[in-house]
Amino acid sequence: MKKLQLRKLGLASVLLAALRRELSLALRQKGEVLTPLVFFVVIASLFPLGVGPESALLLRMAPGVLWVSALLAAMLSLQRLFAMDYVDGSLEQMVLSATPLGLLVVAKALSHFLLSGLPLVLMAPVLGLQFGLEGRALGILMLSLLLGTPTLSLIGSIGAALTLGVRGAGVLLSLLILPLYIPVLIFGAGAVEADAAGLGIGGHLSLLAALLVLSAFFAPLATTTALRISLE
Amino acid sequence: MNIRTIHWFKFSAPQNFYFLAGRMWPWFATLAAVLTALGLWISFFVAPTDAQQGEGYRIIFVHVPASQMSMFIYLVMAAWAGFGLAFNTRLSGMMASALAPTGALFAFLSLVTGALWGKPMWGAWWVWDARLTSELILLFLYLGFLALQSSIDDPRRADKACAVLALVGVVNVPIIYFSVKWWNTLHQGASVSLTKSPTMAIPMLWGMLIMVVAFWMYAIAIALVRVRNIILDRERHTEWVKHAVE
Repeated sequence: MKKLQLRKLGLASVLLAALRRELSLALRQKGEVLTPLVFFVVIASLFPLGVGPESALLLRMAPGVLWVSALLAAMLSLQRLFAMDYVDGSLEQMVLSATPLGLLVVAKALSHFLLSGLPLVLMAPVLGLQFGLEGRALGILMLSLLLGTPTLSLIGSIGAALTLGVRGAGVLLSLLILPLYIPVLIFGAGAVEADAAGLGIGGHLSLLAALLVLSAFFAPLATTTALRISLE
Repeated sequence: MNIRTIHWFKFSAPQNFYFLAGRMWPWFATLAAVLTALGLWISFFVAPTDAQQGEGYRIIFVHVPASQMSMFIYLVMAAWAGFGLAFNTRLSGMMASALAPTGALFAFLSLVTGALWGKPMWGAWWVWDARLTSELILLFLYLGFLALQSSIDDPRRADKACAVLALVGVVNVPIIYFSVKWWNTLHQGASVSLTKSPTMAIPMLWGMLIMVVAFWMYAIAIALVRVRNIILDRERHTEWVKHAVE
């Protein structure tokens, strides 16, 4: 019965339904959505306090600092990607259901991007202004974050699935995932710096897009395998 | 024994492999000891003093084999992990977890010897060169593997989770390497070119080759000893272990 219904629904509507569920669940706890954003702002504001207020130095550091802060903020909210569903048992039902698990994983990663990646993209220009970035650089920063943060969510979902229900999952997750984030960091921050140095940004943005495509293909595969292992 | 009559899959059972490994590791350990002694003798007393770097270059005889092994062991570990996931064999996961500490040790050794070499040659303990940076990230990947292994209590689940992590890591290693390389060329910092290696004197080359083989033998011997311990630990409730340790 359910299978028949699913076939009629089609994969796109299943994806939409799963996405709507994730978003409505998350929006019921607004604090959890806002925490990574506030964390992002606080981390980025700590750097000038640490290195001093010279504007030339801050301008030079801005892309790297903002990207590292975005990386940490995205990681902070990753633990909750599967944790709630794991605790109340609905994750088990998802694994058992007729819907392809990969699709649900994509929906979860997409909702993670919409709730923690996209707010960072929108907040970045405000912080960029504090560091003295100008209009064009701000645009490139936003574009690089827009291309890079979905990759962070996708790669992060692998780590979240691997550390599900494990001792000290939070610190472990960062140890597993941060080394894998390095290419995104290099090309994301590199795009802004390359533009400041008068070089083209096409290469950096293309590589970011390539990383996104690559992770969109492989990450759900690895995440579903890891989820099945965690629920064994 | 005729080679065709050996049933190779026999040794994929931990019990059989335990005894096979027990007979193999002393040979590898002896070879490692002899070759290390020979290699160190060549590197300290036979190899000539370098024209540019003086005596300080001699750390290369430890540094190069250690870096090579750290990278190669990660590949072998990922291959075992892949076997374990594909064929659901218990021994594969045990082999992967037996190799991980040795790989991490070699990565660490390579970083430390690199720093000791870098100080007199470049005047800095550390430069953000592409090779150094990717070696550091490789060490992080090993540490992540070990941390995940130790935080999951059920060994079968730990093996499988670590297998996924190792495979994800092995896909990422080339991406990380090239991204760090391009990052390095973009920044043009205090860059030191490590790629231009001057032609080596023949005794130096021999010393290095022998040390590479010695490190191989050491890695194989220590992995076999470690996998024996892992097998004993995991099979401790079985009858054959009780007889084996008596």
